[in-house]
Amino acid sequence: MIEARGLTKRYGDKLAVDDLSFAVQPGVVTGFLGPNGAGKSTTMRLILGLDRPNSGVALINGHPYRSSRTPMREVGALLDAKEVHGGRTAQAHLLALCQANGIPGTRIGEVLDLTGMRDVAKKRIRGFSLGMAQRLGIAAAMLGDPQVLMFDEPVNGLDPEGIIWIRQFMQTMAARGRTVFVSSHLMSEMSVTAQHLIVIGRGRLLADMSTSEFIAKNSEARTRVRSPQGERLAAELGRHGGRVTQVDGFLEVEGMSTDQVGDVAAAHGLTVHELFTQRSSLEEAFMELTRDSVEYHAEFPADSGRPEERALTSARTER
Amino acid sequence: MSTVATPAPPSSIPSSGTTFVNVVRSEWTKLWSVRSTRWTLLATVVVSLGFTTLFAWGQTANWSRVDARERATFDPTATSLAGLYFGQLAIAVLGALVITAEYSTGGIRTTLTAVPQRLKVLFAKGLTFGVVALVTGLVTSFAAFFIGQAFFATKGVQAHLSDPGVLRAVVGGGLYILGCGMLGFAVGSLLRHSAGSITTAVGLLFVLPLLSNLLPGDWGKTIREYFFSNAGGQITTVRQDPNLLTPWNGYLVFTLEWMVILLVGAVLLERRDA
Repeated sequence: MIEARGLTKRYGDKLAVDDLSFAVQPGVVTGFLGPNGAGKSTTMRLILGLDRPNSGVALINGHPYRSSRTPMREVGALLDAKEVHGGRTAQAHLLALCQANGIPGTRIGEVLDLTGMRDVAKKRIRGFSLGMAQRLGIAAAMLGDPQVLMFDEPVNGLDPEGIIWIRQFMQTMAARGRTVFVSSHLMSEMSVTAQHLIVIGRGRLLADMSTSEFIAKNSEARTRVRSPQGERLAAELGRHGGRVTQVDGFLEVEGMSTDQVGDVAAAHGLTVHELFTQRSSLEEAFMELTRDSVEYHAEFPADSGRPEERALTSARTER
Repeated sequence: MSTVATPAPPSSIPSSGTTFVNVVRSEWTKLWSVRSTRWTLLATVVVSLGFTTLFAWGQTANWSRVDARERATFDPTATSLAGLYFGQLAIAVLGALVITAEYSTGGIRTTLTAVPQRLKVLFAKGLTFGVVALVTGLVTSFAAFFIGQAFFATKGVQAHLSDPGVLRAVVGGGLYILGCGMLGFAVGSLLRHSAGSITTAVGLLFVLPLLSNLLPGDWGKTIREYFFSNAGGQITTVRQDPNLLTPWNGYLVFTLEWMVILLVGAVLLERRDA
């Protein structure tokens, strides 16, 4: 279990992580989602005690990571696969890590098999492709069979086969009761990998909910209808409680289903040429969510965030 | 939170933890699993012995032209160890690289994730490298001594290990190499950048001591006496220059100097973002 409480990190003038609080539970894959530069990697470094927060704490299994005496049994982390000394062989790299935590060297063969890296164990890391380096990073993370797995953008640089492999790997680990925390800037990737989502933008928490809940909340369904008697239909729908706007030659109706719109049209003898449900894609929902946060941050100081002001800025930028 | 927390099963892998001995073993593996270690150590030995051979050969070839006053103050031990002043650069470079390579590759984050107790990592690294530097230094120093004496014996002016102060000076050569390596390590821990650390260490050991000869007056003399290699190098002499520190005092000063730098590096390591 990972906990962040009020984590804040500043680099000079830039606020990278802003009062971030969340908990990552075991048994599910938790996606850590946000656009590039949202503060995902920084948050992970704060959790691992690599960077020091300006305020707040990060706890793993209830204590700060830096106090752990058997850290590799607790956390397996892959932040940047290329952050290893290229002059070393994969085998030597893994051996040094085993020794640092007093883990038996027999474990090296096991994690090499697990990641399909046995053939290149004696090769120097410098010559590895990004995909191989990612696998080596995962092998290293698995040495201590840790309770918590933390991966920063692990699918970057992987071929489709590798992406499916790591997706299944994370899900298997979660099914075994591990805590799996994986960052990505791709909503589509997270929607098929993660059961729970923590979404951040500009270092702030935007959403912390199950993936299905996130999809239901953010991909709002809207009814669209096209009619040659658009003005009359709009007026009737308005009287029946629908909020109607004009979009691309369609009437877009909020608060009414296709059935209700069809019934209203029939009751008033209005012709309908098209009638369907328009669902915004998850990626759009994610972009909408994070863009709002960016605008909110860019335009207003931290204390003013009333919805009407946000709507206003939103309109201004879209023009 | 809507998710039901299931207790995470404990790891099935035994681990004796990040004990100092374990971290030293890990650093030992890391030191020897990169090629640059062997090459730099080899450079330390070859450069030292090469210059020693050159100096000893030159000294004996010109012996007939050396006047009586110079012959009276000739220190065959120190002259045979003079090559170490060039070999010191290679060991200082290795000392710096042992720590700066972690930063240039980003491997420091892997290291500190495996062992989050940072000072333990720094001291394990320092100890591991220090042992290697000392052994290399002793081998080099004794070899240089015997090569030099083989030349001087042709003129009958050679020193013997049993002569007063000679064994101390030859062992001192090894200690001096250790100090130079540790100075590089200390500077590396402070600056974290390879090029900057190497330049600084070489400057402190090699360039500034030469320039300090140009400094005038009393403070110039003080700087000359106490400056890194000027102080540390006294341990390799048998005939003392009365204007410089005594062998052990000089070495003590040199040791305190790199230790202060390492201490500042250690404090910063604890505080800085990795």
